[in-house]
Amino acid sequence: MAPKVVLVTGVSRYLGGQLAAALATDPRIERVVGLDSVRPSSELLPASSRVEFVRADIRNPLIAKVISSAEVDTVVHMNIGTSPGTAGGRTSMKELNVIGTMQLLAACQKADTVRRLVVKSTTTVYGSSSRDPALFTEEMDARAVRSSGYAKDSVEIEGYVRGFSRRRPEVSLALLRFTNFIGPTIDSMLTRYFSMPLVPTVLGFDARVQMLHEQDALEVLRLATVGSYNGTVNVGGEGVLLLSQAIRRAGQIPVSVPAPLVASLGGLLRQTGIADFSPEQLRFLNFGRVVDTTRLNDDFGYRPRFTTAEAFADFCAHQRPVIDPARIRGIERRLLRAATLNRIQEPVDA
Amino acid sequence: MPEARVIPMPAPPQAEPTPESSTAEAEWDQRLAQALAFLRRRLTGEYEVDEFGFDEDFTDRVYLPALRPLYKSWFRVETFGMHNIPDTGGALVVANHSGTVPMDGLMTALAVHDEHPARRRLRLLGADLVFKLPLVGSIARKTGNTLACNADAERLLETGELVGVYPEGFKGVGKPFADRYKLQRFGRGGFVSAAIRTGVPIIPCSIVGAEEIYPMIGNLKGLARVLGVPYLPVTPTFPLLGPLGLIPLPSKWLIEFGEPIPTAHLGPAAADDPMLVFNLTDEIRETIQQSLYSLLMQRGSVFS
Repeated sequence: MAPKVVLVTGVSRYLGGQLAAALATDPRIERVVGLDSVRPSSELLPASSRVEFVRADIRNPLIAKVISSAEVDTVVHMNIGTSPGTAGGRTSMKELNVIGTMQLLAACQKADTVRRLVVKSTTTVYGSSSRDPALFTEEMDARAVRSSGYAKDSVEIEGYVRGFSRRRPEVSLALLRFTNFIGPTIDSMLTRYFSMPLVPTVLGFDARVQMLHEQDALEVLRLATVGSYNGTVNVGGEGVLLLSQAIRRAGQIPVSVPAPLVASLGGLLRQTGIADFSPEQLRFLNFGRVVDTTRLNDDFGYRPRFTTAEAFADFCAHQRPVIDPARIRGIERRLLRAATLNRIQEPVDA
Repeated sequence: MPEARVIPMPAPPQAEPTPESSTAEAEWDQRLAQALAFLRRRLTGEYEVDEFGFDEDFTDRVYLPALRPLYKSWFRVETFGMHNIPDTGGALVVANHSGTVPMDGLMTALAVHDEHPARRRLRLLGADLVFKLPLVGSIARKTGNTLACNADAERLLETGELVGVYPEGFKGVGKPFADRYKLQRFGRGGFVSAAIRTGVPIIPCSIVGAEEIYPMIGNLKGLARVLGVPYLPVTPTFPLLGPLGLIPLPSKWLIEFGEPIPTAHLGPAAADDPMLVFNLTDEIRETIQQSLYSLLMQRGSVFS
């Protein structure tokens, strides 16, 4: 049964805004309430959309009133910050993520109308280490202890969500663990990373990276909101790219940095405002992370339209490469003709 | 008797009879074109890797060719019982581990690829230390290996891959020279339960020769602990001769693949029967130990 009134938190971010707008086009849904502490830009959420925007912080008690007065039956929690820079420092990021989630869940627990909860979580909860299995399934726990940051926040958020689920077992819960987002319009950790002209990598390491196209992410969120899937599910594109391979495909130049210097480089980039990478995101560059998506395909019933490689190619198509692949091919052709005295005219393909 | 049929003659080769110099030239041209194409693929990232990070292009064009001289000329590896490895489908190769540096894994993988008629890939399971080390870890993944854990082993076996495992682990590869060819404890039998759960046969593999490449006569335990490695070897040439001590001794290698031990008839539930798993583990260990002794008899002298 489709929901009647949906509350989407974090509606001023790309995915939140897109989801609210998409839900608003569904005639079965009577009302879509979007919540955020800042007003969404007009291109993200046009005034013509029937999304009702409520400017509030999820830590504000007002939220309980919003839920009860609008008789919200489905809550989509997406107001989870990934990096300290955008949240105004690590302390306020943690405050917003963890305390915000607690407050939101407390409000949901009080509201009798709520019967479905969708939480946008992350595969960061599996950590990233040399002791990781090649692919994480939903039952697995992180091998390495998460010390701080987004990963720790996410683990705590999932803990509170499970606690809520125990107290309100009649509320169905979809806990979506997303891999890294990529695409032509989304602003994510990876899109920022791959847009740097010189892309830092960790010397001697080549992480396996799994990506999810923004359209697939949106579709999974929409299906989770209107559907009835109950449980935890990994959401990621099929297949992987190696970090070095992805940088090459994007036409960027990789720069290897010795592991001990990576943290200080990350700090330098943050201070100069070039890029904002948290320590666990830098650790991710060491080992990467890949998850098993069998449950997404079979139980949740969605197969992402883009594989990791296709999603990345779509992102690259909208980027200006530093090194154009066509130029490399041109150089190859010239070298080949010169070395073989024109006996071979065209490069061979495997 | 079947009726006589007209069998078309194979068409004569198209190529004109050419002088030897020009065919050699054409071959050289082809090689150059291939090498340039490989370089271009590296620079543009136009190659494929599987979920485990296995990069066939790199493995076939850089990694295996680099190991071949060592395999053919230095260790003069001879293999036996290659027919015991199936042409298709999952199977678990279980081998003894030795040599201070796990060269035996690399050589076994090359042996299976080059000498098995189906040119199968042996996907090795490595210790977590391997994947922690810079360069070593990333090369290990690119060449098709993964972490020794049940999740990865079962995932590979389920998809019909040939998986190689060294259950002795560091106890085997880092044992003193005096203990050569004495099998150590076979872990906790995790490999056996992985095979049972996926119903694949276990192929015992005995490797003679790896024990002598870096004879470990001492172990700097204190320094090893400081560096966070399981052992720090002293060999007759290392650290005495410095980097020269890193050259392995040219021992003669014999690798034998034994009769497959089927597990499909046991059913997946048997993986949770510890007694059965222990017994099967012991049986495999005993088989490998016996075949090591007979291979040693067969080899005669170490450097023959």
